[in-house]
Amino acid sequence: MLTNGGKALMKNLEAEGVEILFGLPGGAILPAYDPLIDSSMRHILVRHEQGAGHMAEGYAHATGKPGVAMVTSGPAATNMVTPLADAMLDSVPLVCITGQVASGAIGSDAFQECDTTGITMAVTKHNFLVTEASEIPQVIHDAFHIATTGRPGPVLVDIPKDLVDPNNPASQFDDYEPTGHDLPGYNPIIEPDPEKVREAAELILQSERPVIYSGGGILKARAASQLRELAEMLDIHVVTTLMNRGGFPDDHPLALGMPGMHGNFTAVTALQEADLLITLGARFDDRVTGRLDGFAPDAKIIHADIDPAEFNKVRFANVAIQGDVGKTINELIAALKQLQQTKQHPDRSEWKSTISGWKERFPLVYDEWEMGEGLKPQYVIEQLRDLTPDDTIVTSGVGQHQMWASQFWHFNHPYTWINSGGLGTMGFAVPAAIGAKAGVPDRMVWAIDGDGCFQMTNQELVTARIENLPVKIAILNNGYLGMVRQWQELFYDERYSEVHLKPDLPDYKLLAEAMGCVGIRVEAPEEVQPAIEQANEIDDRPVVIDFRTEASENVYPMVPAGKSNSDVIVHPSQETS
Amino acid sequence: MTPVTLSHTLVVRVENKPGVLARVAGLFARRGFNIVSLAVAPTENSLFSRLTIVVDAESSPLEQVVKQLDKLINVVEIQELAPTESVARELLLATVQVNDGQEDRVMKNIENFEANILNVGPQKIMVSLSGDVNQVDKFEASLEEFGIIEIQRTGTIALASISNS
Repeated sequence: MLTNGGKALMKNLEAEGVEILFGLPGGAILPAYDPLIDSSMRHILVRHEQGAGHMAEGYAHATGKPGVAMVTSGPAATNMVTPLADAMLDSVPLVCITGQVASGAIGSDAFQECDTTGITMAVTKHNFLVTEASEIPQVIHDAFHIATTGRPGPVLVDIPKDLVDPNNPASQFDDYEPTGHDLPGYNPIIEPDPEKVREAAELILQSERPVIYSGGGILKARAASQLRELAEMLDIHVVTTLMNRGGFPDDHPLALGMPGMHGNFTAVTALQEADLLITLGARFDDRVTGRLDGFAPDAKIIHADIDPAEFNKVRFANVAIQGDVGKTINELIAALKQLQQTKQHPDRSEWKSTISGWKERFPLVYDEWEMGEGLKPQYVIEQLRDLTPDDTIVTSGVGQHQMWASQFWHFNHPYTWINSGGLGTMGFAVPAAIGAKAGVPDRMVWAIDGDGCFQMTNQELVTARIENLPVKIAILNNGYLGMVRQWQELFYDERYSEVHLKPDLPDYKLLAEAMGCVGIRVEAPEEVQPAIEQANEIDDRPVVIDFRTEASENVYPMVPAGKSNSDVIVHPSQETS
Repeated sequence: MTPVTLSHTLVVRVENKPGVLARVAGLFARRGFNIVSLAVAPTENSLFSRLTIVVDAESSPLEQVVKQLDKLINVVEIQELAPTESVARELLLATVQVNDGQEDRVMKNIENFEANILNVGPQKIMVSLSGDVNQVDKFEASLEEFGIIEIQRTGTIALASISNS
């Protein structure tokens, strides 16, 4: 049966199970938006293409399904570069459809033309420029396959306008259903090598001071329950990186929380003093390791990852296991059970009591305060945490508020924490929250945002209102680019260069109301609880709470950039000398 | 004594698709791997092209180069060719100055290297030589004495040696 490129695009997106598209139409993608009217897919019309990309990411993080965005050529495609780069660094499965100028106009500097595949080559797992309409079903099938298998990531499909235009004879072709993939260079290895698994099991049984260093790969592989089984079976503590918050429950006795630059003292120091890191789906990011030559100096490394390029990239792996991390953990459990019949691990009671000692002595703390004083951002997060359901989804932007959210929230369930870890994209929180809410509408979704971040993408609250996606936004408004302010205070002799934002300009309450949301302002600690309770009750529109927080607050602990994790700076109240 | 390896030779089979060379070159640029030379052409099977890439060993940890290359969807196969287990050749074309009185020495030099004469004009001669990199380097050096007007080298191409087993 004869079809055309536009119809085929819609049909094949539906065939891939797409339920929601985030997008914004324009010239080159116009013909693809026409058959969308007849499609079963929901389209969420954004106010800026970057918003579509981050919404698709939020959707993917929350649901585990690939997020899909569709935008036009030229500036729309360049606006998509940030979300693509974000998804690349955080391994988020994303499929992005971009319109391109007509085939015959490519390379002529046509209106709204840019070299989309050239520009996005470095920020996608793969991209395609469709050259014939009949390629569309197969390319869409391949794009979803590549985005969702192996190490997930963003895939872009650039489609010239004439190939989706029903009036163009070249867009007509005999319809077909793609079967399989002709991708001879793409064969992700899923099954771990049993030999390597056995070596890893032996290292574990020899270790006196082991720690499980778990990363975002756990969530991508949907392996949180396997991780828990392994940790409990071995009785070994678990650190969860920024990308794996929720991948191991914070209320578990073996949970150490987040390591790294703003990780808690115990997580940082346990990695540092360990003799074995059981690294599961983590990649030794510089924000975790601190100065590399001083990182975990006595530790042997087991490194399990789906992406073999992560092995020995940053830190030499004594045992590297390529494969799906969930399968790897299952195999590891089996191998350990077998080995434990004849071997026993050394006594680890001293290591365990050392860790308990750190936990007791260095809990996460912030300045003591009393009602009537200024509002502490950490207190706002604690109140939000305590007044919302346990399975609330939390998104964040990037900066101090992000670190406090990761530190002070208790993530007890996987897929409850959505943030921009690798790229560190300010403005991620609002659109990511909207995308998450679209994916799991029954769950409460709170964005914890900073005032700097909020000003980058807040216009998407209009989208949220119109699309009936009642997200809730907590702005920790300290009137500063807070993390930059903190660095200038600590490392630039308190010379504050271009970091002051006005806490009351814009007027966030009025801004929220102008976008059809409920706006609430909170200036004192005693107003926090009633405001959150009020927000929790509202389910027919988004809510924005402008929390006026103390500007001088810093994030602790902190490992200064370029320093070893052994030089972690704790909260002033915990300093010994 | 084994010579210090300053470069790695990779033979990479890729899908013969638009933009593949840009993907490979872009990867090397953004990861800071320096390319000494790169040659590319279609293979016996028109679906695939073969690249020979000589990479600078110091800037480019071999394991990372290979693994990052392998992540490119269009890269099908990567072989690292050790000098002892491969045959490598490079082609040089050069237009050389032939000043009055130098004719005999130029011709003698060409004969010594078993190079070919491709084109002759007043006080100029175009020559070619194919050989391993050392031979081609030596030939290029020998031409400098006369004056090289233009030179183009292809970069190394290589294949694995035929196994005798």
